Amino acid sequence: MAKRIEAVGVTAYYGTFKAIEDITMTIEPRSVTALIGPSGCGKSTFLRSINRMHEVLPGARVEGRLTLDGNDIYERNVDVTAVRRNIGMVFQRPNPFPTMSIFDNVVAGLKLNGVRKKSLLDDAAEKALKSANLWDEVKNRLGKPGAGLSGGQQQRLCIARTIAVQPAVVLMDEPCSALDPISTGAIEDLIFELKNEYTIIIVTHNMQQAARVSDRTAFFSISQTGDPGRLIEHDVTSKIFTNPREKRTEDYITGRFG
Amino acid sequence: MTTISTPGIGTDLRGRRLPKWAPWAIAAGAAVLSYLAIYLGGLLDGGWVLTAVVAVLLYLVLLAAVATGVEGSRAARNRVATSLIYSAFVLALLPLLSVVYTLVSKGVSRIDADFFTHSMNGITAFDANGGAYHAMIGTLEQVGLAALISVPLGVAAAVYIVEYGRGKLATAIRFFVDVMTGIPSIIAGLFVLAFYVFGMYKFFNHGQGGYSGFAASLALVVLMLPTVTRSCEEMLRLVPDALREGSYALGIAKWKTVMRVVLPTALPGIVTGVMLAVARAAGETAPVLLVSGGFNSINFNPFSGNQSSLAIYIWDQAGAASQYAPARAWSAALTLVAFVLTLTIVAKLLARRSKLK
Ligand SMILES: Nc1ncnc2c1ncn2[C@@H]1O[C@H](COP(=O)(O)OP(=O)(O)O)[C@@H](O)[C@H]1O
Ligand SMILES: [Mg+2]
Repeated sequence: MAKRIEAVGVTAYYGTFKAIEDITMTIEPRSVTALIGPSGCGKSTFLRSINRMHEVLPGARVEGRLTLDGNDIYERNVDVTAVRRNIGMVFQRPNPFPTMSIFDNVVAGLKLNGVRKKSLLDDAAEKALKSANLWDEVKNRLGKPGAGLSGGQQQRLCIARTIAVQPAVVLMDEPCSALDPISTGAIEDLIFELKNEYTIIIVTHNMQQAARVSDRTAFFSISQTGDPGRLIEHDVTSKIFTNPREKRTEDYITGRFG
Repeated sequence: MTTISTPGIGTDLRGRRLPKWAPWAIAAGAAVLSYLAIYLGGLLDGGWVLTAVVAVLLYLVLLAAVATGVEGSRAARNRVATSLIYSAFVLALLPLLSVVYTLVSKGVSRIDADFFTHSMNGITAFDANGGAYHAMIGTLEQVGLAALISVPLGVAAAVYIVEYGRGKLATAIRFFVDVMTGIPSIIAGLFVLAFYVFGMYKFFNHGQGGYSGFAASLALVVLMLPTVTRSCEEMLRLVPDALREGSYALGIAKWKTVMRVVLPTALPGIVTGVMLAVARAAGETAPVLLVSGGFNSINFNPFSGNQSSLAIYIWDQAGAASQYAPARAWSAALTLVAFVLTLTIVAKLLARRSKLK
């Protein structure tokens, strides 16, 4: 299921403002890649370019090449919904659909894409909730609204919703930044398990988190305000954290910068 | 270390407070004082309205004075501000209560079986009976048809403006919706009179123009459409983008996101907006009279022939030369308000039922 992502010279704009420039990197299947870097260096922008969520904003566009197992996702006749079905996304703030029950939230991606059969949906919901380590907490209240869960549970609900459609890649934009340490721990464990089936890219501001969960780490930075963000270094996580090639990476990781 | 002292806030956390009964005592005192001075004493030559106003003002002044003395100026200002807000609330509620009271007290007299089952056909100025059945049918059909046309159109327009429209076309549509909101209702009536009653209708009626309930519906559509569009637009804008993106991220197409995520989230607000538009339409008189012609007998067919409506009926009976007419007008007014109220409650309940518990 998991697929490889290749970015070649990806540059993204908000109107005339160039937010990231010339990002080139390869992300291997069945691995966790952490994106780190100071605020505003374009981590979210790059992440949102990968599932074509960037272009949702008026005036936003992407240049360069992004491929999923060799297929260009920005090619003219590519269907965005197909891209996004293959590349799921978990957002910084949990965003369960307020009008839907827990069950409907989890199977929203299937139901709204035409899956009707109750048994299929039941199975998918149970499987996704179990993978998201949420099943035991919600199995007796599947009909209740998703918004009634705690922040950590909501975020796991959103993860369950994302993996219920069985994407190849899961993007996570600071998925734990609104959560307490216990929920964060639960989600980190989850990421570790999900790695077996999915390609995962996670943006995080937490160095320990990046060190704990990721196989490879990419460091983004900007030279000064107004400049586009660039990829400074992309390597095996242990190397980035112990023996980075670039001085700037080292400064950032040791807390001398950013 | 230097400390910055804040005026009015000491280091002692507990200040002196007026006892709970003090404001009530002051209120009672102000009322008695005002009553003695204005009402009995004949000062300022005032009636009971002036007495009440003076009582409130006296209360504010006395409260401010006593509270400043005991609690200090900050607490006093807080008390005065609180009292002012309560007074404003009561003041805003008074006209509403007064309308409801007048309506009910004068309206109940003709709320009887006759009123709900009979028209004004054959009723002369000397007959005490007669009813508004024909007018109720007219209002239900005309407002119903108008809602049936304007709600889907208005919601669709709002969806276009908020979810799809980019650039000039969307801006232009928004502008025209704004302009339409300001159209005086009589203009809507004149428009339908020219466009439909003496225009299009000829094609269905052997070249002859004619009044109809549907013409009234069209006039109401012209009035309701911008209101529905605007309120729906506001509600759609309140739906956080995070929900849209959350849906897109699952590979759900845009139109499906709008239908299944955005609209349901905005539904309670949309229902409120629609009900306001319906309520306004149900009370329209001039444009409806202009194009439906009014009628004193029952006509079930909104597409052909004159038809009455409650608003026309009220207008007609309020000015009719008969001692029995005013009571009918009041009862019709009460019926109309009850009708709008019922509709609003039902719509709210439906919107709430679609929400999860
Ligand atoms: N919606 C937007 N419109 C315009 N500029 C934006 C928008 N979102 C982000 N930016 C800008 O793009 C740059 C990168 O932002 P972002 O990708 O959010 O950074 P990060 O996630 O690394 O903190 C920043 O300079 C930010 O101000
Ligand atoms: Mg970000």
